[in-house]
Amino acid sequence: MGVKVYGSTKSTNVPRVLVCLEEVGAEYEMVPVDYDTGELKSPAHLARNPFGQIPAFQDDDLVLFESRAISRYILRKYKSDLLREDNLKEAALVNVWVDVEYGQYNGLAGAITYNVIVKPMLGQAIDQQVVDANLEKLKKVLEVYEARLLQCKYLAGDFISFADLSHFPSTYYLMSTQYKSVLDSYPHVKAWWEAIMARPSVKKIAEIMYKREL
Amino acid sequence: MGVMKVYGVARYMSVARVIVCLEEVGADYQVVPVDFAVGEHKTPAHLARNPFGLIPAFEDDDLVIFESRTISKYVLRKYKSSDTDDLLRENNLTESTLVDQWLDVEAHHYDPLVFHISYNAFVLPKIGGTGDQKLIDTNLEKLKKVLEVYEAQLSKTKYLAGNFISLADLSHFPATYYFMATPYANLFDNYPHVKAWWENLMTRPSLKKAAAGMFPVA
Repeated sequence: MGVKVYGSTKSTNVPRVLVCLEEVGAEYEMVPVDYDTGELKSPAHLARNPFGQIPAFQDDDLVLFESRAISRYILRKYKSDLLREDNLKEAALVNVWVDVEYGQYNGLAGAITYNVIVKPMLGQAIDQQVVDANLEKLKKVLEVYEARLLQCKYLAGDFISFADLSHFPSTYYLMSTQYKSVLDSYPHVKAWWEAIMARPSVKKIAEIMYKREL
Repeated sequence: MGVMKVYGVARYMSVARVIVCLEEVGADYQVVPVDFAVGEHKTPAHLARNPFGLIPAFEDDDLVIFESRTISKYVLRKYKSSDTDDLLRENNLTESTLVDQWLDVEAHHYDPLVFHISYNAFVLPKIGGTGDQKLIDTNLEKLKKVLEVYEAQLSKTKYLAGNFISLADLSHFPATYYFMATPYANLFDNYPHVKAWWENLMTRPSLKKAAAGMFPVA
C-alpha cells in the first residue's frame, strides 16, 4: 500500500504535493498519469479525482484530490511545523496567504506560462495580449507581495510556511520564461523566491520538473 | 478584549460566508460597512486590512486577516464550544482533510461559476446594472458537470465531507442562496441529492440569520 501520488511532473499542482512529501521525509511513489492519452478521463482516474485532474493521492485506503488539501494532510500527518496549527494566529496567517496564492497569484502566473510554455508544445500560437494583460495584473499583485515581504521575511511571518512553498510550482515555471525579469523590480519578492529555491525539498523537486529549452 | 469586526457589507457573498460562521459559534461581532461607491475599499485604512482592496477584512484584537474561508476557519477554531457543531473535525486527520478537500472544491470548482451566475443574474439587476448573459450561459454549462460530481458524492454521503455537516457544506451558502433567486434555480431539480442537501442546509439557523442581512430573494 503506502503513499501514492498520481500525476505528472509537468504539472503545476503535482509538485506542490511532492515538495510537502520531501519536507516531511515521507516515502512515496509517483504513479504517472498521462495528459495526452486521455487517461485523466478514465474511470480508474475519475474514481480518484472526479474532476479528471491531477494530482490524485492515496495513503492506504484514503483517496484524496485538490493539491492544497493533500499537502495539508501530509503536513498534518507528519506533524510538520509548516502549517503552524498549534498557534491560532499563525495558522490563520498561513491560510490567508495560501488563499491568496490560489485566488490572486496562481491564475495570473499560470496564464502567462500556459501561453509561453504549453501552447508552443501543442503547436498553438501564443496569445501575446493575454500574456501582456496578465503580466500587468501580476505586477499589481507583486506590489502587494513586496510590501508584505518588507514587513516580514516570509508571507505568514518571519517563519517559512506552506503558504510560501505553495507558490513554488507556478513561480518556478514563470522563472523559466523571459518574464522572470519581472521579479527584478520587487527585490524582497526576489529574495523570498531565492530563499524558497534554496530549500533542499524544493531543489529536489525542481530537478524532476519540466525544463524548458530556452 | 474587543468585539470581532467584519469589514464589508452583509449582502456581499464572501462577507455572508463569514457571518454564517460567526452565527454558528454565537460570538459577538460587528459588521463595519465599507462603502465601495465612494472608493472606501481603496483607502489606506482598508488596504491596511485587505491589501487587495477586497471584502471581507476581519479584526480580532490585534489579528487582522482577510480571505473569507480563512476567516471562517479562524472563527470556528477559536470560538467553538460544546454547543457548536464540529464543523472542522480537527481531532480526526481523515475527516479534517476531507473538509479541506471539499472546501477547496467549493472555492475552485463551484463558487467561481455560481458566484458569477448569481452576481450577473440576481445582484447586478438589483443594483441597477445589467448582467452578462453570455457569462451566465457559459457558467451554467460548466456548472452541470460540477453538479454531476456533487450528485455522485451526495448519493454516497449525507454531506460533502462525510455523514457530518462541515464548513465545506456551509461555504456553499452565499452564492447558492442568490442562485436560487435566479431563473436558473430549477437546474438543481436534475440533481435530486444536491437539491435535498441544499434544502436541508437551509433549515440551519445560522444560514437563516445570514440570509436576513442579504438581498431579499422572495
